[in-house]
Amino acid sequence: MAKKPAETSETVLDIRGLTKSFGSNLVLDGVSLTVAKGRTVCVLGPSGSGKSTLLRCVNWLEKPDQGAVYLSGRRIGMREGGSIPMSSSELARERARIGMVFQHFNLWPHLTVIQNLAEAPIHVQKRNRDEVMAEAAALLDRVGLAAKKDDFPSRLSGGQKQRVGIARALAMKPELLLFDEPTSALDPELVGEVVAVMKTLAESGSTMLVVTHEMGFARETADEVVLMDGGRIVESGEPSAFFKKPKTERARQFLQRYVS
Amino acid sequence: MMHGFDVVWEHSDRLLWGVLNTIALSIVGAVLAVVFGALVAILLMSPNRLLRLSVQGLVDLMRCVPFLMLVYLVYYGLPHLGIDFDNWTAGLAALALYNTAYMAEILRGIWSGLPRETFEAATAFGYHGPRLYTRIVFPQVFLAAGPMLGNQLIQIIKDTAFLTIIAVPELTQAASGIQAQYFVPFAAFIAAILIYWALCAIVEGGVALIEKVAEARR
Ligand SMILES: Nc1ncnc2c1ncn2[C@@H]1O[C@H](COP(=O)(O)OP(=O)(O)OP(=O)(O)O)[C@@H](O)[C@H]1O
Ligand SMILES: [Mg+2]
Repeated sequence: MAKKPAETSETVLDIRGLTKSFGSNLVLDGVSLTVAKGRTVCVLGPSGSGKSTLLRCVNWLEKPDQGAVYLSGRRIGMREGGSIPMSSSELARERARIGMVFQHFNLWPHLTVIQNLAEAPIHVQKRNRDEVMAEAAALLDRVGLAAKKDDFPSRLSGGQKQRVGIARALAMKPELLLFDEPTSALDPELVGEVVAVMKTLAESGSTMLVVTHEMGFARETADEVVLMDGGRIVESGEPSAFFKKPKTERARQFLQRYVS
Repeated sequence: MMHGFDVVWEHSDRLLWGVLNTIALSIVGAVLAVVFGALVAILLMSPNRLLRLSVQGLVDLMRCVPFLMLVYLVYYGLPHLGIDFDNWTAGLAALALYNTAYMAEILRGIWSGLPRETFEAATAFGYHGPRLYTRIVFPQVFLAAGPMLGNQLIQIIKDTAFLTIIAVPELTQAASGIQAQYFVPFAAFIAAILIYWALCAIVEGGVALIEKVAEARR
């Protein structure tokens, strides 16, 4: 795996001191994290540790209580200065810069596979329909689903659905890709095809923040691994070091439980 | 009795005119009810509790008014407030208004039963406002709503018969005119019933078509 130098390349995602509570439940407790251009950061952690909430705060599907998110230097959710919230249309424009892949795919069931890819580029980004359709067809080819382009999502296997989900996110040409447990809802024999697509993405220079329980993917593909527990980042580092020599007791316990 | 049907047949132009009015009222009324019903459904799904509850109150009120009462109110009552309609427009207004409440309730029910995740995915992809509704929410709602929309459309067709009370020249009015003039009640009303049945059959055909489109996506 070719590692890209973190310090020299530009920062795409900069999360600073995020906190978020649901009622009295403190779910994020001051999380800071950066992802440099072209790098893949994997977020690990037990259930309920706040991983999904962290991702959802990045594109402001959840509004964090405190802290800030910057995408390529631009603040998300708040106007510069940080005191005025963005309007829903400003927020929508920022969200369109971030691709998201969901655990349960969340494809649009009324649209065919290729329409799922082309929908937001045409109607949100207002790009030329012919160009978008041509790119969408190429993307489907890339994830191995060219033959399924006119099928409806309900006719696909889980692994195929998730590859469509990934292609749909890529069709937006996002600056950053968020993945929330993209393989957790899949039958074990379908995990591989999705992981393979994600690996080629990581290797081709996409900037990715990936929540996953797929330790193999984290070990082989991530440039950095982050372990969350109780709404905090308890350890982070290069995957080789993290998996071989965890620094904290918490990380050792986690690895014992999740890595056979 | 067969004589009765001969009489009705002789005056079939009046029935035809009646049925054309019934069809026009039903189609325009249904389109208005669906469009306004969809807008009201958006309010019924609003995160703003006060807005949601007050609109729900109005919808419930409208659904509890007997349709005949609403027709009277629009036709006889509104002119007192300086709003004057001809019979046809008053009938259409009452029909559209009344069924807007039912459509809103149908669409809201279907909408709240759909999984929220695909709407949230759309939000994550930069959808907001009207485009979220027109591109993502309502296509799914309408695909799921086929049979219920069909039922309501049949209800609308039947509701047009009440408009005979304010002398709208629809099918029931035409049939009852023929029977009063020539004393052929059985034939006139049976003919009208058969025509209503045919109209319902057309609606059912439309529902089957929507269901076919929806089934391909399920
Ligand atoms: N919308 C919400 N309202 C209330 N509580 C919530 C909401 N979303 C998440 N939570 C709570 O926040 C905590 C963290 O949830 P989160 O989904 O971020 O965890 P996670 O690390 O993604 O877990 P998992 O591995 O199970 O997906 C949980 O206790 C959860 O119950
Ligand atoms: Mg989660």
